[in-house]
Amino acid sequence: MPFVTWLKRHLVVIAGLLTLGYLLLPNVVVTVFSFNKPKGRFNYEWQRFSTDAWKDPCGVAGMCGSLSLSLQIAVWATLGATALGTMIAFALVRYRFRARGAVNSLIFLPMAMPEVVMAASLLTLFLNMGAQLGFWTILIAHIMFCLSFVVTAVKARVMSMDPRLEQAAQDLYAGPFQTFWRVTLPIAAPGIAAGALLAFALSFDDFIITNFNAGSTVTFPMFVWGSAQRGTPVQINVIGTAMFVLAVLFVLVSMVIGNRRARSKA
Amino acid sequence: MTAVTEAPPPLAPTAPEAKPPRRRGRLTPYWLLLPGILWLVVFFALPMIYQASTSVQTGSLEQGYKVTWHFVTYWDALSEYWPQFLRSVLYAAAATVLCLLLGYPLAYLIAFRAGRWRNLIMILVIAPFFTSFLIRTLAWKTILADGGPVVGALNALHVLDVTNWLGWTSGDRVLATPLAVVCGLTYNFLPFMILPLYTSLERIDGRLHEAAGDLYARPFTTFRKVTFPLSMPGVVSGTLLTFIPAAGDYVNADLLGSTDTRMVGNVIQSQFLRILDYPTAAALSFILMAAILVMVTVYIRRSGTEDLV
Repeated sequence: MPFVTWLKRHLVVIAGLLTLGYLLLPNVVVTVFSFNKPKGRFNYEWQRFSTDAWKDPCGVAGMCGSLSLSLQIAVWATLGATALGTMIAFALVRYRFRARGAVNSLIFLPMAMPEVVMAASLLTLFLNMGAQLGFWTILIAHIMFCLSFVVTAVKARVMSMDPRLEQAAQDLYAGPFQTFWRVTLPIAAPGIAAGALLAFALSFDDFIITNFNAGSTVTFPMFVWGSAQRGTPVQINVIGTAMFVLAVLFVLVSMVIGNRRARSKA
Repeated sequence: MTAVTEAPPPLAPTAPEAKPPRRRGRLTPYWLLLPGILWLVVFFALPMIYQASTSVQTGSLEQGYKVTWHFVTYWDALSEYWPQFLRSVLYAAAATVLCLLLGYPLAYLIAFRAGRWRNLIMILVIAPFFTSFLIRTLAWKTILADGGPVVGALNALHVLDVTNWLGWTSGDRVLATPLAVVCGLTYNFLPFMILPLYTSLERIDGRLHEAAGDLYARPFTTFRKVTFPLSMPGVVSGTLLTFIPAAGDYVNADLLGSTDTRMVGNVIQSQFLRILDYPTAAALSFILMAAILVMVTVYIRRSGTEDLV
């Protein structure tokens, strides 16, 4: 039976592609339903094709405001977490010092903790301090949970770095600052970029921790959450589709640039 | 945990010793660590202590809370909410197993079979991350809707009869049943399984497969004896990365489930944000944390890969 042998040979490929389909199915649905014209408040059933929502993406009260707030928080959280995380990563890889084990555990624990637990405990702290919940408490929380992921990403890159490159720079009379700026940082850059990208995505998409510590401030995920109860506007699907397309384009472009650079170096 | 960092950098096998290049300034590492560690101590460790103290307080919102070492709160919380705890563990375990079963073929495909499609498939795995996961979870409401194609197909294949009998679904619907919640959890955390699996599969030397073939191992035997054991670090970190967040999740249970599928995350959320019973909420979240830490420790010990992180 040739079909059965064919199936056997390609079983992994078929199963893998089915999983990929499962992963992408919601994105397909989001895209399709961004062109829907729903009858009632809920955009769960297909009615008829329309580009209304695409022509007027900010036509829903409060949505674009929450989107820009989420972007701002994500940018600041990325900057904060990347700066602090890179410093920790360098310290952990480059230096032997006491309390290294303790520091490693402190980095690891936030990643091994359910988000609800962190969110609830942080809220307890803020309530006890009498802090005003809002932009700043969200930002503090986001930097906190992004930090460990940045450290892990940067650490992986710095660990695979050849220390002799820096020694060579010093042998050529580069000062410590020059060595760092001209040698160390460029080599570590991909790791730092990966960490920053991860932090941005995590912060922008975070719901659970924000939900606890936002007070009455509404970020984009919180807007989506609220609209799930009241009725989801089609514009949410427009934003979802746009985000997906932009992400794919961004990665494609950066890969093309990376390939060119690699080729021009060779 | 430190075993990996102690290893010499792989790019420099002949380097004399991976000693720090800069000897000057014994305090430098501490200055580098200070801001970040301070942040984690103040906004991660300290809140845990606050929460621990809250869980043994009594009082009310109006009159304020006092630490009275009222440990009974823990007992009360457990005896009232054990079904939600049990459900969290069961749903998270089911989602983790499904993630492993679904994710392994895809990770294997990317690592060994994708060829020049590798980067594209990788992008398609990561890109959904950038569409808000809440939007994607809401899309599952459309996919699993009553009278929709999925429910229709499951009905035609008499799958729903079986799942009804097992108690995973009820009536002619999938939404608002355990099946929908597990499906949503599996979907949500699948990338967290695929990426570590891929990383550990990609490290495997392809010549090992050839060697196994030369020794007359059939493909499945090669997988069982060579590939799978070598991918164990990925399996372990993948299962942890899916199980832990899934056990604490309340979004899927809320959007895709019903009151019969509430997980412990839902209880913590409503105790904290709606009922404002802080001691019970704090106790619940401590029990969840402790349960997960115990399970994870036992699991890591058993799977014998302690130098994961």
